[in-house]
Amino acid sequence: MHGRIKVKTTEQQEEAKRKEREKKLQLYTAATNTIFQKRELQELDQEVLELTNQILGANPDFATLWNFRREIFLHFEKEKSEDEMQKLYKRELSHLESCLRVNPKSYGSWHHRCWVLDRMPEPDWSRELELCNRFLEMDERNFHCWDYRRFVVLRSEVPPEEELSFTHGLITKNFSNYSSWHYRSKLLPRIHPDPQRQGRVTEEVLLKELELAQNAFFTDPSDQSAWLYHRWLLGRVDREVSILCIFVSRGGEWLSVGFSHPVTVCPGSDDLLLFLNGAPLMVSWRSVEKKNKSSFLWLCDLPVGLLSDLCPEHTFRVLWKDGAAQKECALYRGYQESWNRDSATEEQIFRCELSVEKSTVLQSELESCKELQELEPDNKWCLLTIILLMRALDPLGYEKETLDYFQTLKAVDPMRSAYFNDLRSKFLMENCILKMEYADSRVIDLSHKGLTTLYHEEQLLLITHMNLSTNQLRALPRALVMLRCLEVLEADDNIIESLEGLSHLPKLEEVSLRNNCIHRISDLQPLASCPRLSILNLQGNPVCDSPNVQSELVLLLPRVLHIIT
Amino acid sequence: MAESLPSEFDVVILGTGLPEAIIAAACSRIGQRVLHIDVKNYYGGNWASFTFSGLLSWLEDYRQQPDLYEESTAWKDQLDKSEEFVLLNKKNKTIQNIEVFCYVSQDSENDVEEVGALRKNPAFVTCDDSTDAQDSAEEPPCQEIHSLDSNNSEISSQPNNTDPDTTAETDVPDVNLEMQTQSDVTTSSTPSLDTSEGDNTKLSTEETLALESAKRKITYSSIVKEGRKFNIDLVSKLLYSRGSLIDLLIKSNVSRYAEFKNVTRILTFQNGRVEQVPCSRADVFASKQLTMVEKRMLMKFLTFCLDYEQNAEEYQDYKDSVFSEYLKTKKLTPSLQHFILHAIAMVSETASTIDGLRATQHFLQSLGRYGNTPFLFPLYGLGEIPQCFCRMCAVFGGIYCLRHSVQCFIVDKESSRCKAVIDSLGQKISCSYFIVEDSYLSEENCKNVCYRQISRAVLITDQSILKTDSDQQVSILTVPPIELGQPTVSIIELCSSTMTCKKDTYLVHLTCVSTRTAKEDLEPVVQKLFIPYAETGLESEQEKELEKPQILWALYFNMRDSTGIDRSSYEALPSNVYVCSGPDPHLGNEQAVKQAESIFNQLFPKEEFCPPAPNPEDIVYDVDDTESQDAAFTSSSEIRAEEASEEQSAAKGIDVRADAREGGDSMASAGESGDAVANHKTRE
Repeated sequence: MHGRIKVKTTEQQEEAKRKEREKKLQLYTAATNTIFQKRELQELDQEVLELTNQILGANPDFATLWNFRREIFLHFEKEKSEDEMQKLYKRELSHLESCLRVNPKSYGSWHHRCWVLDRMPEPDWSRELELCNRFLEMDERNFHCWDYRRFVVLRSEVPPEEELSFTHGLITKNFSNYSSWHYRSKLLPRIHPDPQRQGRVTEEVLLKELELAQNAFFTDPSDQSAWLYHRWLLGRVDREVSILCIFVSRGGEWLSVGFSHPVTVCPGSDDLLLFLNGAPLMVSWRSVEKKNKSSFLWLCDLPVGLLSDLCPEHTFRVLWKDGAAQKECALYRGYQESWNRDSATEEQIFRCELSVEKSTVLQSELESCKELQELEPDNKWCLLTIILLMRALDPLGYEKETLDYFQTLKAVDPMRSAYFNDLRSKFLMENCILKMEYADSRVIDLSHKGLTTLYHEEQLLLITHMNLSTNQLRALPRALVMLRCLEVLEADDNIIESLEGLSHLPKLEEVSLRNNCIHRISDLQPLASCPRLSILNLQGNPVCDSPNVQSELVLLLPRVLHIIT
Repeated sequence: MAESLPSEFDVVILGTGLPEAIIAAACSRIGQRVLHIDVKNYYGGNWASFTFSGLLSWLEDYRQQPDLYEESTAWKDQLDKSEEFVLLNKKNKTIQNIEVFCYVSQDSENDVEEVGALRKNPAFVTCDDSTDAQDSAEEPPCQEIHSLDSNNSEISSQPNNTDPDTTAETDVPDVNLEMQTQSDVTTSSTPSLDTSEGDNTKLSTEETLALESAKRKITYSSIVKEGRKFNIDLVSKLLYSRGSLIDLLIKSNVSRYAEFKNVTRILTFQNGRVEQVPCSRADVFASKQLTMVEKRMLMKFLTFCLDYEQNAEEYQDYKDSVFSEYLKTKKLTPSLQHFILHAIAMVSETASTIDGLRATQHFLQSLGRYGNTPFLFPLYGLGEIPQCFCRMCAVFGGIYCLRHSVQCFIVDKESSRCKAVIDSLGQKISCSYFIVEDSYLSEENCKNVCYRQISRAVLITDQSILKTDSDQQVSILTVPPIELGQPTVSIIELCSSTMTCKKDTYLVHLTCVSTRTAKEDLEPVVQKLFIPYAETGLESEQEKELEKPQILWALYFNMRDSTGIDRSSYEALPSNVYVCSGPDPHLGNEQAVKQAESIFNQLFPKEEFCPPAPNPEDIVYDVDDTESQDAAFTSSSEIRAEEASEEQSAAKGIDVRADAREGGDSMASAGESGDAVANHKTRE
């Protein structure tokens, strides 16, 4: 048709584009070659600065060239005046800005920017802050820019209050912003520190923040950033390392120290010192983890004959890191063993997920979460938060309700049901430990709990009898080696395949593993290291079906008198 | 303009409103020879935007009702026996019931003139029309000048306006709209400068207050002087961010000629108070007026509306009931129901559930594309949009002729098709298709057509209807009927950064479907939200009233709504003559785009409607100058791309600015005239 504007065909366009690309590539390689030659010859001049400028403008991720530029600048600093350098660096900053526009997540560019500002005679920090604002407006989750912002804030000493209001602005625009929430969690303890609890904020501020987080999750309950911030708000200070338990065995001639956190005791160091009646005692510490890994439990053998019954009292004292933690324990004449330990019930150790001094805050949080849950019965974040709040408030009182919520949680988020099962196991074990301690007993019954895994072995150091029957345990994990007082273990009706944790248990006498999934004789190998084991029930395990099972077992476990297959 | 036009075109289009302009661009784009004519000296017809003085001239024009062109009869001799002619309208009768009110005081200077103003249409000003009186007798153009209305209790209760003599209604029909007259009337009703100064000294104890009132003192002459800062739309519309007009602007690359600003907030009028409606996720999160549970319920409902079709069971039982009833079943508080019904769905109390859901969905789909509300407003006014399409038409060779018209079209008796038009100079121009805007058709053609009316008001005010930290807000407010049977009024308030009003003023557009005259329809709402300008400070008991913005100047008029008319209603219309309607009263531009596309598809069923315009560098020119052209385009387009990306990163809005260079270049290279388009960009 007449009058129509002729337009290049796609082939023509492609061809034109291809030619353009070719031309660009030629220029790029030529310039790169020249630059490398010049570097070889150490020609650190204006021209090479220009060349690297061009290449980096097109490809800001060419780290070698940024290095080369730094070399050039350092060289210039020797020759040029401060004024000249200031100008050069200023130009470098505007060049960097255009590079960052090409790639806002260029590691090299952001790093170089930090370098330049640290070298600059008179850096203009407010301009840098402005730059951060602009880049964060483009992409509020650009972590490079967040890092850079922290650098700028640190150097120019921006008051944390201003930064806090900046995060507020970003959150108001879009609250799906982990970076901003996280930044708040770092700023608030600096602005409103809680005098009692280090790293936390005052209650008044806390309430405001809780409201902010609530606003977010009531608006969009499926957005996790606010939920995670909410959890931080309700969380408590990390506990410092303490010694939970010290135990001494006269017959075994050994002493064990249980810690609140896994720690490492370096051989030959003064980290952990043992005193007997006030005098230092040279011992070598080992963990049950064998290799020098960090561990909850550290053991030492006492010198032979040290604990003779002639002495009316042996007082042991352990000292951790120059008194950061210590504990004493006295072994009196006539006693085979002695211990001193912290109680899980007194210390509220299991409320560690969430805890605020004033439980009224938690109570009101629980109420609003329940309100939200009524509106959004299928929201997993809400359900999980309710569970955590209930744990923090009254773990035993809310046990039944908590278990119901777990049931719903698994139904609405089946993808994570294994995680929820493990979490549920953890809470149930905590409750059982609490109950056991209230009963002042060394026997723990964990049967029929639906446990999928075991937790808090460090709290079970003194247990003599443990019942794990009728759960969904797949293994008796390595950590069970801490249960050095364990005498009887029942673990019938599980799906146990591995017995890794049943090794070197000095007092273990009787093990029942009926109806589990032990397939091979070799799976029972760890039991061979338990010196006192005399009764082993393996009925209903696949291993029993193999021929010659009895004779092979006798070969493997010669000391065990009764093996029931 | 050229002495005489070419005598042959493919498509002749009369009227430069939005649908006509889109059709013109679409036809030109596919290579049709387009002649686009408007009888006025401005683009857009009833879609136009005016500077303040431009608007005054426009008012004057309607008062005088001159013939649109001088008749010449010489052309009649050119007709042969096989041809007959159909005359078109000589008068535009789409605007009625114009009423102007000026509340600000006049300075003593009488000859205030807009800075840099060009007399918009000197031809009409000097035109001595003898038929004027007769016409106005038939259809009196109700033009009045009011001073403050003494019957208005709100106003007369004010201490400054208690004197009945000075506030007497001066309702004089046919009063000349000249500023002089108006100034006489208004100065008599407004307090003298002395009193206001006295009041100021009284207030001077509170310095801030005094300062504020000094700052707010706006006079009529300052409005006139800065009249070019105004761009006052005759129709007030917004663009849905995912509406058909935005899609078309983007698809056709016409968007490069326009800039937009996001509407910043949605307001609602509830229990006598204006409130902001939280409608986006960020709004709901930040809202202080909603409780936690309300937040959840609102978000839940809105999320459901976004894909309501997928959850048919949710509304199945309410399919046959009205939306407002359905909302009551959704555990929403009355206040939330009000938000959704009036501010988000913007439907009436009687709209069906499905209509309400669909409207809510449309709103939500547009939300967040360019910002926190679903609407865009074109900088410099809605009148820009038809011009953008005209520009595109001109770039592809369309010829523009303003202040020109068509006297009649010629029909071939045998085929009953329109074969030519006779222009206002008597020239015969043959064409294959003739597209005409409704208002140009004669009464003969339209005798069976039943028109509806739109009621419009334009206010210039001194502050926003809802003040916040920022004074640069673009707001939309839907006011449901105050009493049963009254219309729902849609209000758009524009701030100076939309380039439609001068600094420290706001331009407020009110629109509704007419039930009576514009003033009768809209004044009740105006009185609820605004108070007339008073220069002196008000007593403390009226301080509450002070919170309301004051009206500096107001205009009411009715505009004919020619949409939704079936083609068969028009008499004696040849099959190749198509009628475009004027603006509709709705908020969006969906109707105009739909009409343009439908007419284009009837004209050229096999052609694509407004395909993307090619990049300038991809256009192949005459062989000999290809090289130089290419080079020129490449360099300029590179710069443009950089600028554009910079702009986007700087101001995270959308929209590539209209590029004068590019328009100019391509027009020159396209070789055709298009001078009208080049000329129209004279602002600044």
